[in-house]
Amino acid sequence: MDEKTLRKIKERLGSDIAARQAHLAKQNARFERQVLVCGGSGCSSGNSKKIYDEFAREIKEKSLIGKVNLVMTGCFGLCALGPVVIIYPEGSFYANVKLEHVEEIVDGHLVGGKPVKQLLYKETVNENGEITPLADTDFYRKQSRLALRNCGVIDPENIEEYIARDGYFALLKALNMPRGKIIEEVSDSGLRGRGGAGFLTGRKWKFTYDAQSDVKYVACNADEGDPGAFMDRSVLEGDPHVVLEAMSIAAYAVGANHGFIYVRAEYPVAVHRLQVAIKQSREVGLLGKNILNKNFDFDIEIRLGAGAFVCGEETALMTSIEGKRGEPRPRPPFPAVKGLRGKPTLLNNVETYANIPQIILNGSKWFSSVGTEKSKGTKVFALGGKIHNTGLVEVPMGTSLREIVYEIGGGIPQGKAFKAAQTGGPSGGCIPAELIDTEIDYESLQSIGSMMGSGGLIVMDEDNCMVDIAKFFLEFTVDESCGKCTPCRVGTKRLYEMLCKITDGKATLEDLDKMEELCHYIQDNSLCGLGQSAPNPVLSTLKYYRKEYEAHIVDKVCPAGVCKSLIRYEIDPDKCIGCNLCARNCSANAIRGTVKKPHVIDPEACIKCGICETVCRFKAIKKVGGKK
Amino acid sequence: MKGSNLPFQGTVEQERQLRDKLAELKPQGGALMPALQYAQELYGYLPYEVQKIIAEELNVTLSDVYGVATFYSQFSLFPKGKYQIGICLGTACYVNGSGEIYDKLRNILGIESGECTLDRMFSLDATRCVGCCGMAPVMTVNGDVYGKVKADDVEGILSKYSAKESKNNG
Repeated sequence: MDEKTLRKIKERLGSDIAARQAHLAKQNARFERQVLVCGGSGCSSGNSKKIYDEFAREIKEKSLIGKVNLVMTGCFGLCALGPVVIIYPEGSFYANVKLEHVEEIVDGHLVGGKPVKQLLYKETVNENGEITPLADTDFYRKQSRLALRNCGVIDPENIEEYIARDGYFALLKALNMPRGKIIEEVSDSGLRGRGGAGFLTGRKWKFTYDAQSDVKYVACNADEGDPGAFMDRSVLEGDPHVVLEAMSIAAYAVGANHGFIYVRAEYPVAVHRLQVAIKQSREVGLLGKNILNKNFDFDIEIRLGAGAFVCGEETALMTSIEGKRGEPRPRPPFPAVKGLRGKPTLLNNVETYANIPQIILNGSKWFSSVGTEKSKGTKVFALGGKIHNTGLVEVPMGTSLREIVYEIGGGIPQGKAFKAAQTGGPSGGCIPAELIDTEIDYESLQSIGSMMGSGGLIVMDEDNCMVDIAKFFLEFTVDESCGKCTPCRVGTKRLYEMLCKITDGKATLEDLDKMEELCHYIQDNSLCGLGQSAPNPVLSTLKYYRKEYEAHIVDKVCPAGVCKSLIRYEIDPDKCIGCNLCARNCSANAIRGTVKKPHVIDPEACIKCGICETVCRFKAIKKVGGKK
Repeated sequence: MKGSNLPFQGTVEQERQLRDKLAELKPQGGALMPALQYAQELYGYLPYEVQKIIAEELNVTLSDVYGVATFYSQFSLFPKGKYQIGICLGTACYVNGSGEIYDKLRNILGIESGECTLDRMFSLDATRCVGCCGMAPVMTVNGDVYGKVKADDVEGILSKYSAKESKNNG
């Protein structure tokens, strides 16, 4: 592979790929139409592979080969509407596509030339029945896709499509730059680590560059462990080459010849696409010896994680790559000095790497023009929970939480009230409704007791109990604490027990003070980030939802009606007609009464499963907060 | 040592494959994790007998092997059932009620997460985010994804698989 070949590929495929973006644009694509089927994990769970196969079969059967280009891409972002199919040049966005729709779409759209309107995403059809650009929908309008620029656009298993999107041109440019200049460019861009803490990426590169050693390593942290976060997975699934290219640039800059990607084994699709990408890169010589004839050797190995959240911590990750229990160690020495196998190691996360090629191609000024004063560029969030448009969004730093939740996310389903947004996973905190106008960047989130984290953003409504949520995260941390240091191993366990005491209605107000004290103790004394940040979910909910804690303790009530010990079910004798249906469905035999007479629930026997409430046809059974 | 009470059913052929692979992995640094990953794929889980072979071949202590095997949640000391049930306890699923579904599964099957029923039919795993938050709450049976599940649906989903079995047997 050399510069000339790269340019040839780009020339050959460039217009096809360009035509997958411009809405209704005149184009020079070699195809009449291009059908893009989402192959992200969300849509794959909804059978998108079979939909792809069905399209392939139909296209063959109706002799459309050569006229229609069928592509399986990475994630489009709007997972709530999956499986998703987009057809260009119209930019028709087919939502919730089922196998039986495929023939209709092929006949109507690909053969007949008319999009099948009733199957389109409603937001893309206006009241006159005209198709409006996808980019104008609430979900996409406020997004700017930088790290995700190729996700949902190219076929991730085809290196040529990546090249056609300027892929490997950044590496080419970097290999012609002095090493110091590359690092300067990354530093000046202001890019900060997207994995959580937000350390300046350029500074990390500089430290590794400065370290003296015969062998150095670059590594990629793809051990995305936050419950409810799938940003990095989507990049790996939708654009694996961007990570390989960025790692190559990093390796050249800091003086490494060997790289590792540490990826969660629970991400089979991502692992597969990475393997394909590495194989293709080796075949064309973009990994291996004398890359692009620039006398630079570099290769990458995949290491599978085995499900340990703590391995997201850099020293633990490196210990795990060495095949041991992934326990962290004290820093310094930092990995840039003494990392993998005792050698200087540069470690960045997937999304951080995904920004690098564009920074090299367009320059640091271009990158730093987006974002806030101290947080540059964009951030990808995995939007989930009680929200309409569950999915993957990328917004400029400084976008407000309100814009993300109400405009991009489409608000809360069933007209419920927004209660909190949780960012930063088990290390982060809950942002209450009164702070919904917070402009999101590293500093602002930290100042309100949360953190950027890797980008999970879970929305909660009035039906979620904040004490229960804090307990949920603590249960996770207790489970994932590696056990090396006592403040984390024992402290989080005690904290969890205190929360259980509260949700069981057995705590006193004094316990609340003790709990706060313990939180600060764990923060101050734990060895690694996992322990230091473990109390955040408790502290932030305690700060903003203290009343809810007090309700559990003083009034013995769970206002959201979640904590089982604090709720009971009652039958309204005026509404109950004595049909006996609830009693027959009760697995605890807790409902008594004679036929045609109002029934009663025995609170001692009731296990609060709520089945009676669901089966009652007369709405006579209600959940009531608080113990009698 | 924690582990399964169900009898080990490994074959001679499996043992040969494992020993071959271990010989291949040993010279590389950090062989223990890839070894365990391979063994788990081969046997479906990591019983005491298998851990012992790995310790022997890689020349590490059994406690080292056990230490790594129990550190990572992907490694299982219990066999998996013919039907492997996963219930997602990621945040997006949890706030949408997957905790209730989990309770229901444990009640019906009488096993905890990581365990397998005595007839080796069902095993249960409370998983981290499986990545289709748009369908929350999610449970999976041998990779089949069930989205927007309600606690009341659980019995029906399970009976689909038990019915398949009784049909096969009768």
